[in-house]
Amino acid sequence: MIPNTTGERVDDALATTGEHSLSTTAERKAIVDAPGEAPTKDWVIVTRGLKREYDMGGEVVRALRGVDLAIRRNEYVAIMGPSGSGKSTLMNLIGCLDTPTDGEYWLNGTLVSQMSDDALARVRNKEIGFVFQTFNLLPRATALHNVELPLVYAGVSADERKRRAKEALDRVQLSNRMDHRPNELSGGQRQRVAIARALVNNPSILLADEPTGNLDSQTSEEIMKVFESLASQGQTVIMVTHEPDIAAHARRVVVLRDGIIASDDRRAAFAARVGL
Amino acid sequence: MHFFEAIRLALSQIRVQKLKSFFTLLGVVIGVMFLIAVVSIVEGMSRYVEEDFAAKIIGKNTFSFRRRPDVNIGNVSDETWREYSRRPRIYDADVAIARGALPPGTVSAVENMTFAYANSQYGRPRQVQVIATEPDYFRIKSYNLTNGRLFSPQEAQLGTPVVVIGTEVASHFFRGLNPIGRELRIGGNTFTVIGLLEKQGNVFGFSLDRMVIGPYKSTLSRVTNPRGDIDALVVQASTRELLDDAMESVREVMRGFRRLPPARPDNFALETSDAALSFFDELKGKLILFGTALPAIGLVVGAMVIMNIMLVAVAERTREIGIRKALGAKRRDILSQFLVEAATLSVCGAAIGIGLGIALAKVVAAVSPLPASVAPWSIALALVVGAGVGIVAGMYPASRAARLDPITALRQE
Repeated sequence: MIPNTTGERVDDALATTGEHSLSTTAERKAIVDAPGEAPTKDWVIVTRGLKREYDMGGEVVRALRGVDLAIRRNEYVAIMGPSGSGKSTLMNLIGCLDTPTDGEYWLNGTLVSQMSDDALARVRNKEIGFVFQTFNLLPRATALHNVELPLVYAGVSADERKRRAKEALDRVQLSNRMDHRPNELSGGQRQRVAIARALVNNPSILLADEPTGNLDSQTSEEIMKVFESLASQGQTVIMVTHEPDIAAHARRVVVLRDGIIASDDRRAAFAARVGL
Repeated sequence: MHFFEAIRLALSQIRVQKLKSFFTLLGVVIGVMFLIAVVSIVEGMSRYVEEDFAAKIIGKNTFSFRRRPDVNIGNVSDETWREYSRRPRIYDADVAIARGALPPGTVSAVENMTFAYANSQYGRPRQVQVIATEPDYFRIKSYNLTNGRLFSPQEAQLGTPVVVIGTEVASHFFRGLNPIGRELRIGGNTFTVIGLLEKQGNVFGFSLDRMVIGPYKSTLSRVTNPRGDIDALVVQASTRELLDDAMESVREVMRGFRRLPPARPDNFALETSDAALSFFDELKGKLILFGTALPAIGLVVGAMVIMNIMLVAVAERTREIGIRKALGAKRRDILSQFLVEAATLSVCGAAIGIGLGIALAKVVAAVSPLPASVAPWSIALALVVGAGVGIVAGMYPASRAARLDPITALRQE
């Protein structure tokens, strides 16, 4: 196993890339090693011994075997790993689509690991902005309407919804494509609509699952630029991917293997290790 | 917005899949169509009974003093019939006593009635309704003339052989001619036509224009009542209260005149339109019950079809449900979305059914003597039933949608 190579010495050099805002290993260890204790507000995500087991016809599959992860506000983190490493399971847990078998999950200072379905729906609506590999836009709805959708479930009034949705589309430079349906947009544009939709409720985290998986490399770069600009504006971004070159866009890369964290590096260290 | 969005979604679904939607809604359409048609026809009949039958045949605020009820409702036992036939007949003396007891503000007329063959030199013999009466009868029945004149009190008193005839009588016996002054033969006597009634229409297919009305002191009464008795004295009062007073007075003097001891029931009948109306109300209830039982089966079938279609819709849109859940839709959001969709579908079906039902009722009214009157409450009921069918049918599919696991739903292609 490759040891963590995180150090404080790089801070000055990395100021321009935003890596100065990363948490240090020591800080993370301190917060993770305090079971049952509510983390302070600047920690967006804290998991302690997170486990998820599936019962597959009598055979227990242990997808996650105790994940300790701490992510501070404004971090831009990639979660990497080969297929079967448990990254999708971790993403579902972080995204509050699933509940862990065991362990704690603190989102924004609130323990969400034991919440009911409807409470989780509320958390998803308010705290998490999803960006999916397959975009997952409603095919019959216009771009504007797709972006409005989370606000519908948040109970925002129609006028306010429209205003905020336009604003969000503006942020991804799509205000001129508002009235188009997904099938009238290119892949990159669709993913930008999805990003606008993810951002419209001002979530604590932007959670992207293979955001470039269905895009060509040029469009992927375009989407990565959007992520970079969001991260530099202070948005916490978590991106799940299996492509090292995409992961290398993040400022911190967490590698999962067999249901536990194998490494947790700064970008530079990760890039050096995988030979990018 | 949520609500309207679901409605819009459902409507666009219908637009995109017209044929499928048509079959989906067929059950509800047929159910509601027959519901509306049945209720309209029953309602029309009841309006007819209340307004036309009660007013034209019996008369408004009117009672008749007669030997036995003219309109017999339900099963009349043999014993009752025997009692009726033991009753004394009514003669001029009884009528005079009864009339003497009537309070001011009432109008009365003797009414003798039968069906008999009439003929003229212009037409073949034909059966007509013969009424021998007094001039006030026209007032009580609101019969107006379009031509000629009524018979005068003097003619009534003297029994002059003159008659007022209905439009069908005129057109049959005096086709293309002015009937006034011409002769009509009934029961071997000749009567001069002096007046033509305006068209009365029909009640349940029974024409009111085949009447021949003449003075009861004329030979017309030999046709109607060969025994020389009197069928009825028809009394009309200006108000309901006066009518009750008049009935009580007549009952009192007749019981006195016929020396009935207090324990004996009346041996005459005082008949109002109430009995007929209350009987019809009962009949109406039964008609509506049975008439709606069959459409209800259509609605049940409609509900099952809608349930099936909604299950298919849930399966087809699993991914959409997953997206909505990921974006924060709660169970009840998904539940209400599909319920509203199912209800919208079936309300559309109900709306089509209402239109067709009204058309069907009008067609039935046009080709048969049954009248039709579309009741506003039945339209409201049909819409509520439509929405109800949709909600009941949508409940199971919607709850399946609401319970879907977002991860599995999102993974579905």
